[in-house]
Amino acid sequence: MTGPVFQQDQDLSGLIACPRCDVLHRAEELADGQRARCARCGTVLMWPREGAFLHVVAFSFTGMILMIGAIFFPFLEIAARGLSHKSSIFGVAMAFSDGFLAPLAFAVLTMIVALPIFRFAALIYTLWPLANGRPAYRHAATAFRLVQELQPWAMAEIFIIGTAVALVKIGGLATVSLGPAFWAFCVLIIVIALKNSFVSDWTIWKAIGQK
Amino acid sequence: MNALTATDAGLVGCTRCGLVWHQDESHCGRCGAHLHVVNSHGLQAVWAWWIAGLVFYIPANLLPMLVTTTLGHAQKNTIVGGAIELWKHHNYGVALIVFGASIMIPIGKFIAVAYLAITVGNENRRGGAPHLHMLEVVEFIGRWSMIDVFVVAILSALVQLGFVASIHPGPAAASFALSVAFTMLSAQSFDPRLIWRGINREKR
Repeated sequence: MTGPVFQQDQDLSGLIACPRCDVLHRAEELADGQRARCARCGTVLMWPREGAFLHVVAFSFTGMILMIGAIFFPFLEIAARGLSHKSSIFGVAMAFSDGFLAPLAFAVLTMIVALPIFRFAALIYTLWPLANGRPAYRHAATAFRLVQELQPWAMAEIFIIGTAVALVKIGGLATVSLGPAFWAFCVLIIVIALKNSFVSDWTIWKAIGQK
Repeated sequence: MNALTATDAGLVGCTRCGLVWHQDESHCGRCGAHLHVVNSHGLQAVWAWWIAGLVFYIPANLLPMLVTTTLGHAQKNTIVGGAIELWKHHNYGVALIVFGASIMIPIGKFIAVAYLAITVGNENRRGGAPHLHMLEVVEFIGRWSMIDVFVVAILSALVQLGFVASIHPGPAAASFALSVAFTMLSAQSFDPRLIWRGINREKR
């Protein structure tokens, strides 16, 4: 099929190309809660979620506080035959700090602590002015793009399932007591899930684009 | 379905935020993402990361993941060995989680990404929705393989009871983490727009 030729000066702002399959769509105003899907592959293109910015900011603040708490409080402690040993989240990453595994310690710390904190901070930076009806701060687009791009590498929820597996493995060997950092992390993944349910990429990009 | 794509119309769509631009633009004016027209050059990156992932997956399975010392007796466990150990101790559910996350998911990912990359050239099929669905499953589930690395980290950090019992990470932890990271990058470099466009038709 031959498509219409778009002139060099033509306004393209009303168009959306499906990021997954490239089909062109004309964007229309949707009511809050409605979803627009790609006609060919079904990818959700538009999902307006007006007025949710403040929720996301609040959840991000909560998440940051929980994460900071999780770093400084004890995470787990084991005891067997009169001996005991406790570890913080930091200590978990430092388990790899010997010899050639050292870069892995850095990677683990990045995935479970640094990236989640960075994503919270960048979300707050992006959405705080937008929630107050002001134009986005400088570099908000870069900040939110990083939030999206780094999402697969932030693995707080995988870490907590890993903790559960580790607890089962230790089960027969010693008694384990769960520290405040463990509970902080459990609440943290619930907060992350709640925050995600309020994030609409499309609405945020639209708000950033309105200068 | 014969839908008009941005490429057909001489435009380029931002794969990050969806806005549409003229093909001479290099970056999206709204989100700043790099704009690229659909082409098969991206497949080279997919294969490069795929091979890197496979190369590191081999030592990840052959070398020990965990070194457990109980009462002076050291025992080295590979990934499969750890899952079997759990099974023997009747922790069937957890054994299945470990087996699924460290063996089934990585192997499934290698097969799925290779299948997607190979079939891109043969555009004889109608609609690519099942292929896109497969890519989305790989993207969603692939990161969960990292669970075993975290288990090793937690065990090694916690079980430090001197002579009674101590656990140390083995070299497989690093190669497994690298393998998971490389296959994640492989899946991320796959441009799903190729599913519909194919290599042969990309000039049209």
